[in-house]
Formats: sequence, C-alpha cells, structure tokens
Amino acid sequence: MESLYLAIPLASLMGAIIAGFFGGYIGRKGAHTATILGVGTSFVLALLALNHHVFNGAEAYNATVYTWMISEGMRFEIGFLIDNLTVMMMAVVTGVSLAVHVYTIGYMADDEHNWPKDSLAGTNSYQRFFSYISLFTFSMLMLVMSNNFLQLFFGWEAVGLVSYLLIGFWSVRPTAVYANMKAFLVNRVGDFGFILGIAAVVMYTGSLDYAEVFSKVDGLSSQTMSIFPGVDWNVISVICIMLFIGAMGKSAQVPLHVWLPDSMEGPTPISALIHAATMVTAGIFMVTRMSPMFEYSDAALSFVMVIGAITAFSMGLIGVVQNDIKRVVAYSTLSQLGYMTVALGASAYSVAIFHLMTHAFFKALLFLAAGSVIIAMHHEQDMRKMGGLKKYLPITYWTSLVGSLALIGFPGTSGFFSKDSIIEVVHHSNLAGHEIAYYAVLGGVFITAFYSFRMFFMVFHGEERMDQHTKDHLHETPWVVTGPLIALAIPSVIIGGLTVRNMVFGDYFGDAIFVSASHTALAEFSQGFHGVWAFVEHGFTGPALYFAAAGVITAWWMYIKQPGSADFFVKKFSWLHKLLDNKYYIDDFNAWAFGGGSRGLGDRLWKVGDMMVIDGFFVNGSAKVVYWFSGIARKVQTGLLYHYAFAMIIGVLALLTMFVIL
Amino acid sequence: MFADWPLLSLTVWVPILGGIAVLLSGDKGDAAGVRRLALVIAVVTFILSLGLYTGFNSSTAEMQFVERHEWISAFNIYYHFGVDGISMPLIILTTFTMILTIIAGWEVIKKKPAQYMAAFLIMEGLMIGVFAALDSILFYVFWEGMLVPMFILIGVWGGERRVYATIKFFIYTFIGSVFMLVALIYMYYQGGSFAILDMHAMKLSMDEQLLIFIAFLMAFAVKVPMWPVHTWLPDAHVEAPTGGSVILAAIMLKIGGYGFLRFSLPITPDASHALDWLIITMSLVAVVYIGFVALVQKDMKKLVAYSSIAHMGFVTLGLFVVFQIWENPANTDGSGAILAVEGAMVQMISHGFISGAMFLMIGVLYDRMHTRNIQDYGGVVHTMPIFAAFAVFFSMANAGLPGTSGFVGEFMVIIASFHANFWYAFLAATTLILGAAYTLWMVKRVFYGEVANDNVRALKDLNQREFVIMSILAIAVLVMGLWPAPVVEVMHATIENLLQHIAVSKI
Repeated sequence: MESLYLAIPLASLMGAIIAGFFGGYIGRKGAHTATILGVGTSFVLALLALNHHVFNGAEAYNATVYTWMISEGMRFEIGFLIDNLTVMMMAVVTGVSLAVHVYTIGYMADDEHNWPKDSLAGTNSYQRFFSYISLFTFSMLMLVMSNNFLQLFFGWEAVGLVSYLLIGFWSVRPTAVYANMKAFLVNRVGDFGFILGIAAVVMYTGSLDYAEVFSKVDGLSSQTMSIFPGVDWNVISVICIMLFIGAMGKSAQVPLHVWLPDSMEGPTPISALIHAATMVTAGIFMVTRMSPMFEYSDAALSFVMVIGAITAFSMGLIGVVQNDIKRVVAYSTLSQLGYMTVALGASAYSVAIFHLMTHAFFKALLFLAAGSVIIAMHHEQDMRKMGGLKKYLPITYWTSLVGSLALIGFPGTSGFFSKDSIIEVVHHSNLAGHEIAYYAVLGGVFITAFYSFRMFFMVFHGEERMDQHTKDHLHETPWVVTGPLIALAIPSVIIGGLTVRNMVFGDYFGDAIFVSASHTALAEFSQGFHGVWAFVEHGFTGPALYFAAAGVITAWWMYIKQPGSADFFVKKFSWLHKLLDNKYYIDDFNAWAFGGGSRGLGDRLWKVGDMMVIDGFFVNGSAKVVYWFSGIARKVQTGLLYHYAFAMIIGVLALLTMFVIL
Repeated sequence: MFADWPLLSLTVWVPILGGIAVLLSGDKGDAAGVRRLALVIAVVTFILSLGLYTGFNSSTAEMQFVERHEWISAFNIYYHFGVDGISMPLIILTTFTMILTIIAGWEVIKKKPAQYMAAFLIMEGLMIGVFAALDSILFYVFWEGMLVPMFILIGVWGGERRVYATIKFFIYTFIGSVFMLVALIYMYYQGGSFAILDMHAMKLSMDEQLLIFIAFLMAFAVKVPMWPVHTWLPDAHVEAPTGGSVILAAIMLKIGGYGFLRFSLPITPDASHALDWLIITMSLVAVVYIGFVALVQKDMKKLVAYSSIAHMGFVTLGLFVVFQIWENPANTDGSGAILAVEGAMVQMISHGFISGAMFLMIGVLYDRMHTRNIQDYGGVVHTMPIFAAFAVFFSMANAGLPGTSGFVGEFMVIIASFHANFWYAFLAATTLILGAAYTLWMVKRVFYGEVANDNVRALKDLNQREFVIMSILAIAVLVMGLWPAPVVEVMHATIENLLQHIAVSKI
C-alpha cells in the first residue's frame, strides 16, 4: 500500500509540474489532459485507499516517507497517517477537485478576455490555472495525509500559497491582487498562533509526531505554564488555543474571516474548490485530528464553540445584504464553517467532519452553479441584474435548487442530517457557552434559508432584469460545466443519508477521533438515534425545520410576492443595513489600525529611529565630532618650528612636575 | 583524489592568485576572455571546495584539513588553516555564490571588467580565508583584507552616493574590528598564543571576559549587522553594484555570525551568558523594528537590505538564546539549545541563497530600467512572466514559506526560543506576518496590476544567462527546504561540542 499512498499526492503534483513548466509546449489540451489524468489518478487511488480502510477494515497506516532533518535527536519527518478520517478527506478533496478540473475547461475557455491584449502572462494563463489547481490538490493531500506537525504546517502554508496565487490569478485587477495579499497576510496571522502552538508541542512533548505527542498528553493535563508572570495556564489549553488560532485563519473564523469574502476575486472554480469545499475546512480537519489534545481542555473547547457560534450567526447575517452572487455564497460558507466549528467545540468531531463532507459537495455545487450563471451572464455577478434565469438555464436551475435545499437542511438531503446533528449536539453540550452557541446555530438556520432563497429567487425567478444583449445570448452552459453540477448534485442529496449512521452514530472514525468520557453531548444525542428514517421524521418535530421554512417563505414573500418590500425594510432598518453592508466595519478597522498603523509605525521608526537618532545623532554626529576635533588638531599643527618647540618645553616641564610630585 | 592536497590553501589562493592574473590580463584587451577566465577560476575554486564536503568527516568535532606552518615566529603566529562543521558549509556557500556573482556581472559590467572580476575573486579568497583561519592574526588579516575589494567595488562601480556609502561602510566595520584586534593582542599577552583553539581553552576572569566580549561584539555586531549598528547596510547595498550586494548579503554578513560562533561564545562563555539578554534584545528588536521599517521602504534594494537585517536577527537570537534555554525551569529536559544554534546556522546558509537571489532579481530589473524605486514599476508580470514566477518564488522563500530554505532556520529558531521564553518565540514569530507583509507588498506593487508605464511595457524577459542563475538558486532554495538533513548533519558534532564547551564556566 505504501507506494500507492505515495502515488496519491504525487500524481496530482506530476500534473501540476507538467502543466506548469511545459504548458507552453503542450498547449491547452495537453495541460488539462495531464492535470485531469493526474488528479483522476489521485481520485481513483484515494477510492482504493478508502475501500482498503473502510470496507476491508484495514488497520491505520502510520509510517515515515523520509526524514527531513534530525536535530538534537528529534526527528523532523515527512510521513503519512492513513486512517478512516484521512481516507474520507482524501476522497472528498480529490473528488471535488476532479469535478472542478473538468468544470474549469468550460469556465476558463475564454480566459484570454480577462487579460490585457499584449500581456505575456495571459498567453499561458489557461495552462497555469490547471497547474495551480493540481498543485493545490497535492498540497491539500499532503496536509490531510500528514502524520506530524511539520508536514501539517507545510501543507497548511502550501495551500495558502496556492490560494494566494489563485485569488490573484487575474493579476491585472487591482482588487484581485489586493485580495490575495490580504488573504495571505490574514492567514499568516493565524499561522503565527499556529507555529507558537507547534513550538509549545515540541517543548512539552519533545516530538512532532502525532502518535507520540498524543501519547504524552495525559501526562501534561495538569501541567501549567505562565505566559504572564503570576498567571498560570494549563499547558494543553494554551497549546490548543494557539493551534486553533491557526484554524481561525485558515477556516476563516471571526475575527480572521476577513480574507474569505475578498477571495471571491479569484476565478469561480477555485472559489468552489479552495474557498468552499476543501482548503477552508483544513482548520476543522486539524482540530479533529488534534481531538486527543482538545479533549483535555474544556477552556479551549468553549473558546472554539463560542468563536464558531459568533461566526455562524454574524456572517450569515451579512450574507443577507449581499448583491454579488459569489459573495452570498462566500458568506454562506463562512457561516457554515462556523457551524462546523461549533460542533468541534461540542466535542462532536465526527459531526463536524460529517458536515464538512456534505458541505463540500453542496457548497462546491452552489459555487459552480453560481459560476455557470456568471458564464451565461457574460461575467456579470450582480444579482440585481439577473432574474428569471430558470427557463434559460434549466440544469443550473435544478442543481442549484438541490444545492440550496441541502444548504438549508431540507429533510432527507445531506445538509439536513449534518446540520440537524450539529444543532442537536450543541443542545446536549454542557460546556460553558453552549447556550449562546445553540441559539446562534438555531437562529442561523432561519438566516441561511433566507439568504439562500433570496439568492435563488433573485437569480432564477421574477423579473428578467438583465440588458437585452445579455438576454439574447443566454443559454445553458456546456456539458463540462453542467456535468460537474450533476455529479455534485447526487452526493448533495444522498451522501448524508447513506453515511450518517456510520459517521455520526457509528464507530466509523475508530481511533482517529478521541472523545473524553466527560463530554457526553454526542453520546446523549446518539441514544436518540433510531435509524435514518426516524431521524428524518424527527426532523419535523424540531424547531430547525420551521425556522428554515420561515426563512424560505420570507424570502419568497420579499422577493417574489412583494418585490418592493426589501427596499422598505432596508429603509426602515437602515442602521442595521448599513452595519451589515459595511461588514460590521471590521475591514475598515483593520485597514486603519493594522494597515495604516503598521505603515505609520514603520515610517516613524525609519525616519526617527534610523535616520534621526542612529544616523543623524550617533553616526554623522560622531563624524562631526571627529571633524571638529581634527579641526583643532589641524590648527595646532601650524608648521612653525617655535610653536612645536614651545609645546615640547611645556610637555617636558609637565612631565618633570609629575615625576617630582609623585 | 583530493585527499592529500592542501585543499584549504588551494581554495584560498586559487581565487586570489587567479584574481591577480585576471587583473594583469588587463582591461585593454579581450573582455570576453577575461570573463571566461574569471568564471573558470570561480568554478575551479568551487570544485576544490566540494572536496571539503566529500572528504569531511561529520562524526567528529575536530578541525579537519588542517594546515599549520610557521609564519611570524617572533609572535608565535602561524599560517594555520582548518575547518569544522561550522566553517565548511560557509566556505561552500561562498564558492557557490561567487560563480553566480561572476555570471551575474557578465555583460552588465562594461566599465573595467577585468578589475571588477579580479576584485570579486580576490575577495572570495579572503573570505574563505576568514572562515578557514585558525590563527587569530591570520583571521584578522583576512577579515580586514576583504574590506578592501568591497570598498573598491562600491566606490568604483557603485551608484551616485557611493562615496558616502563606502566611507560609512568602511568606518563602521573598521572601528568595530580594531577593538577585536586589541582583544586578540590582550589574549596573546595572557596566554602566549594567537591560536583560536588555544583561546577557547584559556581561563579568563569575568572582568576580562566582559571586556573581550564587548570588543568582539563591536566587531561582529557591525558585521551581522545587528540593530542599532545596522545603518551602514542599507546605504552600502543601495550604492553597491548587484554583484557587490549579493556578496555582501550572502557572505559578508555571515562572517559576523561566524565570529560569534568561533570567538564570542567559546572564548567568553560566561560573558556571553551574562550579556545574553542584551544580544537577545537586540535580535528581537531587529526582527520587529526592522520588519516595520522594511515595510515602508520605497527603494527595493533598501527593502531587501532591511529584510536581511531582520533575518539575521534570527541568527543572533538562535546563538545567544541557548543559556536561557538551559536555565528555563519549565524546560525540564533542557533540550532546544542545539536546535537553536543549528537553526542559526541553517538560517545563515539559507539567507545566503535567498538574499543573493533577491538582490540578483533587483539587479535584473535595474539593468533594464535603471531605477530601484518601487513606484516606477507595476505590472511587470505582463512583460516578464518567467522572471515574475522566479520573483514570487524567491519572495515566498524570503517570507519563510515551508518547502523553501527560508522556512527551515526560522522554524528551528522559533521552536528553540520557545524553550527559553514564550515571549521570545512570540516576538520572533511576528516575522511570519511582517516578513510576508513587506515582501508581498513589494511583489504586489512591482509585479502585479496593470502595466504602469511604457518603460515597463518595453521590458524583455530573462535572457539565458539570467535564467540559468535564477534556476540554480531556485533549485538550491527548494532542495534545502525539502531536505535540509544533509546540511544539518555536517554540523551536528561541531555544534554539540561547542555547546558542551560553553556550558562549562571559564572562571
């Protein structure tokens, strides 16, 4: 199996290398063939691995690929840990990636229009794009397959790099190259915490290897460290919170969420793949991987849960006022990531991962459907200029409906199982902050349903608000676009029902996830499980379904029945609308405090510290002193013999006096 | 085949004598022949230095390839060479970088190419001499000697303010090193030997150590350069020709770090211990303060120069954090010190590649546009896509992206300094944000966006020569990032031995 595991990431990497370095020679067709073959190979092999572990029940595989470095007896390694958690992630990543690869053929077909005429960077942009998304697949696979913190960090930053390259893919657009730098820097703020967490792990366990670290956690559980003198904090809590700060960056949790909406500047295929389905879930995956540590810290779990709850609720609200189709989906992603994070905080890692999986499918679907709309609309993203697209884009319409229903948790769809599980499990949690979290995720259901169907109605129903030219050219997108939509719509409906029994209530994850006996939320919730159908039926008795229905009906009433009413509410609650429209002013605050602040500080340090004090006073100042002194010395050296003779006599007298006195 | 050759003498003298030969061949005749001769000499030196690697025994901390001949017997001064796991990698870094520097100046230097090439080759020999010398006077001769070619390089082939820059550079570094000479002579009078290894073993009182430590600090801190004696570097870089900047950043700064390892720590361990707070403070200020200063630079070379200072902060932090790692009661097993020093070494070598690459890149742009102002650029990616790809790669390496060499040393030093104090690691780790901020902001303004003006529109992408240099450096950065083990392995024995030595008080 070992070489098979190795082949999974390397197949994608090969595709990336071929398309990236030889894109000019092999042309567009060569590039997409090579990368699709590469990712396709990865996907098939990942399915084989899935079969090997899940259906044939193979033991977890944990071994080193090569030793990166040894220092002070500590081994820094590259290695794989393949268990049921990993194979599921691998299958999802490669599967969605494959769909996105195919979709990209259609989406990027006329990419030359996005570049200035004489831009040399535009000549091979198509090949480069394929290279990047394959490189992303490789990086993400390295991240999820890792058996140690070093490789985790490598994958973590590598996906960040590819995200940077892809958000700024259309490098001629000022907004895109601002967004990609912002994304990278905000992620780096998270990584700042992450690397300190890793450093703490090394210090207290002496290892980077997951298995070895986890085996030592129990011994650390009562140990404390003091960061501020006199205040002792539990070591595990500190480690977990710092690692989670990394997750907050990558998985875009408040307040490090600011980069994700802007990342929509990138081409839509990568919004689907990276900024919805896979990369942004890396934080969720990481915390799940670290469950043997997080379980020892109720403080960290509460922190996780509250941050997730804030994200789930507040970001959904912003989604309500967005008019850019991609931004609605982006805020919806933020909100859903918040749901997953809440589940992590409730110690229901399996539920979080379950939602991660279902979300990967239906959110990728929604993004690709949005992309399909954007293609049909000739790269128009403003929903106020759409409407009534149902009859022009039937496949996009129906698949979007499926995706939206899954997102709002319509009973029976995959989103229903995962989201309902989260709500229930939070309800059973007993950690500090679980009340807030419960109301946040419950309220979030209404908001989700509202903004999802607001978008759905604005795009596909109602009045046709586009201009005549666009309208004349409206037609369903080619099969490379609709094919992946259909391919993703199927799991969006069925994957939840098929797997909920094993993943949430069964022991699918085995040893991959550890839940402490004192965290009973999931166990209590599981006792109420009496089969998939009973779960669906039970869905009708809970409040969530009615919240969702209310959301859909409200959206229908405001945008179909009484189309003017939205404006009425905007006017009536203008302060709220303004607050949401300005994204709670967090971006403005960051630009002022961190952007402006650090530039101002740098300027001050440079001009005052370096130029005035060090150079002006000390360096040039001492040069002046020397100059002044030598001026005097020069005057003394008159060249007149009697001056020198006089000085000598004075000197001899002075010396004589000294000798006499002493 | 190298086994019984005096390899160190050869790697020192081949470039020096070769440089003199290049100089004598003169600027009147065939410029192409001169360049070719210079390149051959640099390549031969590199191959000779590889003999140091292949013949190196990494299981011992003893000096290897030792050569010892009487030189000035009246003062017990020897022509004494030898390398260990600290100096050997730095010598190879020197010979490697020199080849690239020679190629980088190929058609670019039109003014007196023979003298230009000769200055580099002579400087190469002198720098190798610094790393190889085991007699402190021999060391001092090379140390001061190498200033001269650099002084000439900046003074002759430099930019507009080259006179100010050269004088500042010379005075700064010279004042620092005079105190070192005094310290060396003092120790000679106390111990009767100029041999560095004898000085390691010499007993010294705390007062003596403090004075000697401060004398060394003045020499090495200027060289590194550490905050607050760093202001000569941006000026020197801005005025230096591209090749001069590359050597300055890639090799000369390392000589400061090397000095701390070879002199300060082993000769004055108690003073190093007593004053470690000072060095740690200066290092952390370098990382944070200089990071902010780099952010607001308008001149690309200045920006990269400041970024060099910040990166070298990791070197000095790694070297001097060891005492607090040992003493931190929370660090129960006392581990982390070796990681810190090895991290500092790795950072030096990696910085050699990356800063060299960054300055070469600026050189590529400067040769075409004759400006280093960031605001004169914009949208370079549209006219020079291959170059832009390299630029993003090296910038990411400069920002410490895992998978590149820039990550390895920073990672090791951050982890190690956590073993001493949370706040050291905290402040050091700010480089993750600041380093990315100043580097990527420059990338954004220079390479991305729309084509800024007609000069940018007229740019031609890399030529073959430039492509080769960039590729070699990119491979080096990538290989060291993906597999640093070979680099780290050669220094294990030496660094373990060094740390055992400095853990014992000399008083």
